[in-house]
Amino acid sequence: MTEKHDVVIIGGGPAGLAAAVEMKKKGINDILLIEREKTLGGILRQCIHDGFGLIRFGQTLSGPEYVQRFIDEVDHLGIAVLTDSTVWTVSKDKVVTVMSPQGMRTIRAKAVVFSMGCRERTRGALAIPGERPAGVFTAGVAQSYINLHNEMIGHEVVILGSGDIGMIMARRLTLEGAHVIAVFEIQSIPSGLPRNVHQCLDDFGIPLYLSHTVTDIHGAGRLESVTVCKVDEKLHPIPETKQEWACDTLILSVGLIPENELSLDAGVTLDSCTHGASVDEFFQTDRPGFFAAGNVLHVHDLVDMVSIEAEKMADSVAEFLRDGFLPFCPLEVIVGKDIGQVVPNRVEGLHDVSFFIRSKGQQENCSIQVVQNGTVIASKKMRKMIPATMAEVKVKKSNFLDSSPLEVRIV
Amino acid sequence: MKDVVDVVIIGGGVVGSAVARELSRYDLRICVLEKNFDVCYETSGRNTGVVHGGFAYDSGSLKAKLCVEGNRIMGDLSKELGFDFKRCGKVLVGNTEQERSSLERTMAQGERNGVQGLRIIEDEELHQMVPSVVGKFAMFSPNSGIIDPFGYTISLAENAVQNGVRYYLKHEVTSIRRNGGCWEITAGHQQFCARWVINSAGLGCKKISDMLGLCGLDLVFSKDDYIVLDNRLGSLVPMPIYTVPSNTYMGIHVTVTTDGNVLLGPTAEDRKEFENYGVEQKNIDYLVDCARALWPHFTKADFIRTYCGVLPKWVDKNGLIQDFGIEINDDFAPNAINLFGIESPGLTASIPIARTVISMMKEREHLLEKADFNPVRKKILRFSDQSPEEQESMIAQNSDYGEVICRCQKVTKAEILQAIHNPLGASSMISIKYRTRCMMGRCQGGYCQMRIAQMLQDELGINDTDLLYSNEGSNLFFGKVRKKAGQ
Repeated sequence: MTEKHDVVIIGGGPAGLAAAVEMKKKGINDILLIEREKTLGGILRQCIHDGFGLIRFGQTLSGPEYVQRFIDEVDHLGIAVLTDSTVWTVSKDKVVTVMSPQGMRTIRAKAVVFSMGCRERTRGALAIPGERPAGVFTAGVAQSYINLHNEMIGHEVVILGSGDIGMIMARRLTLEGAHVIAVFEIQSIPSGLPRNVHQCLDDFGIPLYLSHTVTDIHGAGRLESVTVCKVDEKLHPIPETKQEWACDTLILSVGLIPENELSLDAGVTLDSCTHGASVDEFFQTDRPGFFAAGNVLHVHDLVDMVSIEAEKMADSVAEFLRDGFLPFCPLEVIVGKDIGQVVPNRVEGLHDVSFFIRSKGQQENCSIQVVQNGTVIASKKMRKMIPATMAEVKVKKSNFLDSSPLEVRIV
Repeated sequence: MKDVVDVVIIGGGVVGSAVARELSRYDLRICVLEKNFDVCYETSGRNTGVVHGGFAYDSGSLKAKLCVEGNRIMGDLSKELGFDFKRCGKVLVGNTEQERSSLERTMAQGERNGVQGLRIIEDEELHQMVPSVVGKFAMFSPNSGIIDPFGYTISLAENAVQNGVRYYLKHEVTSIRRNGGCWEITAGHQQFCARWVINSAGLGCKKISDMLGLCGLDLVFSKDDYIVLDNRLGSLVPMPIYTVPSNTYMGIHVTVTTDGNVLLGPTAEDRKEFENYGVEQKNIDYLVDCARALWPHFTKADFIRTYCGVLPKWVDKNGLIQDFGIEINDDFAPNAINLFGIESPGLTASIPIARTVISMMKEREHLLEKADFNPVRKKILRFSDQSPEEQESMIAQNSDYGEVICRCQKVTKAEILQAIHNPLGASSMISIKYRTRCMMGRCQGGYCQMRIAQMLQDELGINDTDLLYSNEGSNLFFGKVRKKAGQ
């Protein structure tokens, strides 16, 4: 038997929760929010540090506190929630199959929202050479073991990658009595937010070695040591700089990848830069009625921005349900010089639009430009741009010239 | 106290487990001594998972004969024992006239070995079969195939256990002594007394052989590094793709696992001693370059893991690789069957090797067949392979099927529970991985490993500090972060 709902939201983390609340407020009543865990909240359940909510709520909250505000609203608004339920497949015609201990359900939706978040890049994805001992964890797995499972995962810790979770785990492990020996970052600049470098590393005297990477892993049972090399400008290890560091734990914070297995099942095209769905300014994918927001679309710096993006998307979903379609967006967005990634990938050209941009490498005293037909239609001066910090550029609707493509570039 | 048995099998890899399973047809007390914490930690689980046709080995050799026989029976065996096997065929791809004549020689050798159906296919047919390959022609071997090497080895061991064989995991043999017509063996601080000893110790075959008094064995250890690619690419590799082999080396190949992961490898470097299973950067780079020339459809973003396997090769004084060694020396070591240099195609040939061992035993004593031997072993049913109707009824009967623990490989709690309570009593994280595919996918356990670690502790009553990733010393945790109130 197939149930029917107006909207199925896949994933009850910050994006899915914010989208559900906002849609309900926009008058959509038939919403089903599906979460694979026993409780809502997503990754924020394990982010017990503070610093969440400054933009969204004007105060600093822990992850669980931040997300509880949305969970309370979902409760209060009476939005239907399935927890302990894993979406098994999503078909191209919006039939969602869900597995749970209560059984299998198939749900036909008018709109499907992808809000599955992201996963961590692993040792295997980087193909770090060496043996495969116990004691090599991604930062999020380490965080889950320590904060949710109460398991101490190591005493002598090396961290590879200066992603935010890695730095936060450096602080967390130090607070719990472990010795964090060093953080090694292959790039010449930190990959996480500057505030985390100060608050998580500098304040605890944890050294950060830029332009260094792990080139070998030793240990048959538990990790015994790692080999670290300096890298040259092309990021190739310099063999003469090889040093061995004794440690029992290696934590990897080397990047996040939007989790789009279900989007691919549904036939949605992904963007090769963001690894999330290719979307228009309404956060609609190239398959009508399928939407994406949050880290499943592109990895954000701050959860506040995830919530805000999901709320904007919710407005479009409401419009889609009301009208049965959203306007066609003919203006293709082209990734130009020194741009790492940009969202959205298509715009209609009839509204003010914000572009969310990451640069490729560090750029100083530069401008982000949006160019159409050789004319700069929007520009923003930047003193400094780093890939870790997302920038926003607005284009006024009156500035669009025609329906030709837009190039976003840094000059 | 001594454990008195008829047969001790040293080494529970694919060959030792095949011997155990085949011997369990007879009325014998059998035990298997395995030094590792599970049965496929070494060569048996660290290979390409290809079921070979038998054309690549010298005519008249044991390798050729037992491989052809192993290939022939693999289909029936997979049904009996419930492991994944696909007779998908394989191509050896060439470009030059020199390679063509080399393939023709390989084909002639294959025909002499009794391999059926080999033929040269040209450009068009090759690209119909394997659209994504780079090459002008190929030798096609329709009977070659792919197998789940973990599932196969485990199924042999489990079926042996079902038929009365006892497995002693974590029991490394430390001494062997001949005493009063019986072999006295010490392993894991335990004494065993056996009429027969089978040395199927794989990488450790020389050590055991020396203990049996059969000295002078020369081995080299061929170290093979591999890269594992995402199973989204599996459909682009319908069958293993090999280059034209030289006399001693099969070359870098692009293969596919029964789960659809693409494998690039192996590197094949000969070492004097077994060192470790570390994968080297230079080999990763080399594999990428070689594989690209053959099959250019991957990028680094498709990598999910690397691994290394080691093959023990028997060599003569000049370093020339020899045949499989399957020997008995009635004068120096009576009732001891010595298996050495069991390298590729040992996985394919495992059951015929076991039957060779048994026929050697039968030449020396009468073996009585058991009436109640059960050749059938049930595998852990994969929920994700079932139809929606079957899935629905599985959850209705057991709600644990409705709890999806591993998202990327789609493994349910019910399957993991069955793996945790496996007949061999293997209890490490990778034992669960080998039995269910959990943690084998693109997130490498990023989502499921915490749950599996918890389930192992809860189900088996293991303390957190005793939970192992793989072998001795691979403890995952150092203790609790905080004591709970009241503790």
